[in-house]
Amino acid sequence: MDMFTEFGTARGQAKWSLRAAFRLTGAQRDEAKWGLIFLSPWLIGFALFYFAPMIVSFLFSLYDFTLSAPDEARFVGLENWVRMLARDPNTWETLFVTFKFALISLPIGMVSAFLLAVLLNSKHLMGRNVMRTLFYAPTMVPLIAAILIWSRVMNPQTGWLNQMIELTGIHAVGMDGLRWLDDPNLIYLAYTFIGLWGIGNAILINLASLQGVPTEMYEAASIDGAGWLRQLWSITVPMVTPVIFYNLVLSVVGLLQYFIVPWVLNLGSGYPEGTTNFYMVYFYKQAFTFQNMGYGATLAWFMFIIGLAITVLLFWSGRFWVYYAGENR
Amino acid sequence: MAAKRKNYTEYELSKRRRDLLLQAAVTLFALVVLAVYLMPMAYGVITSLKTKAQTSDPGAPVWPAVAINFEYEGDDYDVLQVPTESGIRHWALVKKGRRASEFIDPANPAAGVIEWEGNWRQLEPVREFDVQWDNYPRAWETIDFARLLANTLIYAFVTMFGTVAASSCAAYGFARFNFPFKNVLFMVMIGTIVLPPAVTLVPTYAFFVNVLGWGGTWLPLIVPAMFGNAYNIFLLRQYFLTIPREMEEAAQIDGAGRVRTFVSVILPQAVPALTAVSLFHFFFAWNDFFGPLIYLAGNRDANPITVGLTEFNGLYSTETQLILAAAVISMIPPLLIFFLAQRVFIQGIVVTGVDK
Repeated sequence: MDMFTEFGTARGQAKWSLRAAFRLTGAQRDEAKWGLIFLSPWLIGFALFYFAPMIVSFLFSLYDFTLSAPDEARFVGLENWVRMLARDPNTWETLFVTFKFALISLPIGMVSAFLLAVLLNSKHLMGRNVMRTLFYAPTMVPLIAAILIWSRVMNPQTGWLNQMIELTGIHAVGMDGLRWLDDPNLIYLAYTFIGLWGIGNAILINLASLQGVPTEMYEAASIDGAGWLRQLWSITVPMVTPVIFYNLVLSVVGLLQYFIVPWVLNLGSGYPEGTTNFYMVYFYKQAFTFQNMGYGATLAWFMFIIGLAITVLLFWSGRFWVYYAGENR
Repeated sequence: MAAKRKNYTEYELSKRRRDLLLQAAVTLFALVVLAVYLMPMAYGVITSLKTKAQTSDPGAPVWPAVAINFEYEGDDYDVLQVPTESGIRHWALVKKGRRASEFIDPANPAAGVIEWEGNWRQLEPVREFDVQWDNYPRAWETIDFARLLANTLIYAFVTMFGTVAASSCAAYGFARFNFPFKNVLFMVMIGTIVLPPAVTLVPTYAFFVNVLGWGGTWLPLIVPAMFGNAYNIFLLRQYFLTIPREMEEAAQIDGAGRVRTFVSVILPQAVPALTAVSLFHFFFAWNDFFGPLIYLAGNRDANPITVGLTEFNGLYSTETQLILAAAVISMIPPLLIFFLAQRVFIQGIVVTGVDK
């Protein structure tokens, strides 16, 4: 079972009773002791690097606190929160930028991954294993290397992308052509292209899920006269919704933290015209460039709240569109 | 009856023909998509083998080439493609003029100067195929790649052993033992996957840098990795659940303790999963950018490849061929490892994401 399904199972089985812990027999107690011993590396790590910092992070958000002058830290109550939500226009602008980009890049990335998986699963495709390896290869290219290569391949004059588009008859080359990284209207598409070099895992998971669809379903649909497209939409898509859901949750969480591409390309300057001022870039500047720990922690906590809200919303909506085989509904 | 059979074979034949056509069409389509998808990679490799002048020349050919010169009476002259009545000739430009220029035919320099009417600026140079392999050692040295590589490898291997050891311990705990709040803890662990790291980052950073004084060192990145990670724990747990319990029970009857059973029975059985997790971590460390960026700030000697490449890109942005050469060098190890170990690797990705 995938991680999120296991999560649901664990939630179903969770016994929230302390009393049960004291009612263990000797052998059970021994087992529990060893279980916790084996678990201890993760437990300690969780306490030190997740639980405690989260609490402290919230406490930081109540202080005006610069790292260079920790002695001057001052309790300000909800002042940082009020500033972030009501007075700082950057909060909403950078969130808007982040969501706008997500709305463009998420569907393109997810649909591409699904369609490539369908292609790589086709029984008509020759050399399937080699093809699968080659389609996965770009995902292995380190992101920084990918960004450096893409930034040059999208050069308006010397880049191959425009030269390739020019071959199809569309004018692209030159300063009046497609300036992928300089044009505010194209920038999100350009960043999405870079992201397409990272969809290998999504392709693989989609592919594995496609292989799990029983062939009888297609045969039955075929006898009923359903064409290829109809079969794709009515059988394949519903059968892979768990995988789409899994990819969706991980992508949303990842996009909230979108940072490396705008940072490597223009050091978080927002070029062109502020279109690349992502939320995480703004957080980085506040927390690490200005060393503004209190306000940085506030921004981080807000990101956590937004991420949690979206995740909960997705899990809730999943009840209506994610199809789990073998469940009675 | 005979007619019927004939019809049937004809139907079969046409079906086979249709299948073959479909196969060709699907494969051709996949190849076109693949070519577009991998195009930047080809661009990166080919451009990394060009001269700097060629990388910024829109009129230059796509393959690595240099404009050729001709030495005449002690001086070097550009050889241009000159249109004449007898077709395009490759002549060296010895004297530039606005309306007319003077050329020398390199094939027959003894014939002397040839007058040609027209604007020499509109002539394309003659190029010959010439690969600048030299860009690779130059990029390697300029960026001090050996040091970046050493930093990255030390970080990757130290944390790989730590995280695999800790994750397999925790995974064993989840897979085989019952203890109070096990399901709650398991849920919390999965929950950490969707937790944005930023929310824990600020106090962690303040603690490591201000309290422990670890700024500029790798310690803030190495120490937390020693406690395992949710992805790896999940993957290993799934694998451990498939190992039959009989083997452990036999070992315990022979008097082996819990730790001994884990080390000598479970771990040897789980080599494929351990390999997958090690590979994931290696690639993660090879790519890690944000952590080194904030914690190593100010200590350039400690930079990993990712941060070093980014700084190099900022400082030498016009040296496209060197930047691409460095980018290509940095992608060779992960690609190589992937091609060699893809079966184990792909299995690992599938386990975390697919209902089975």
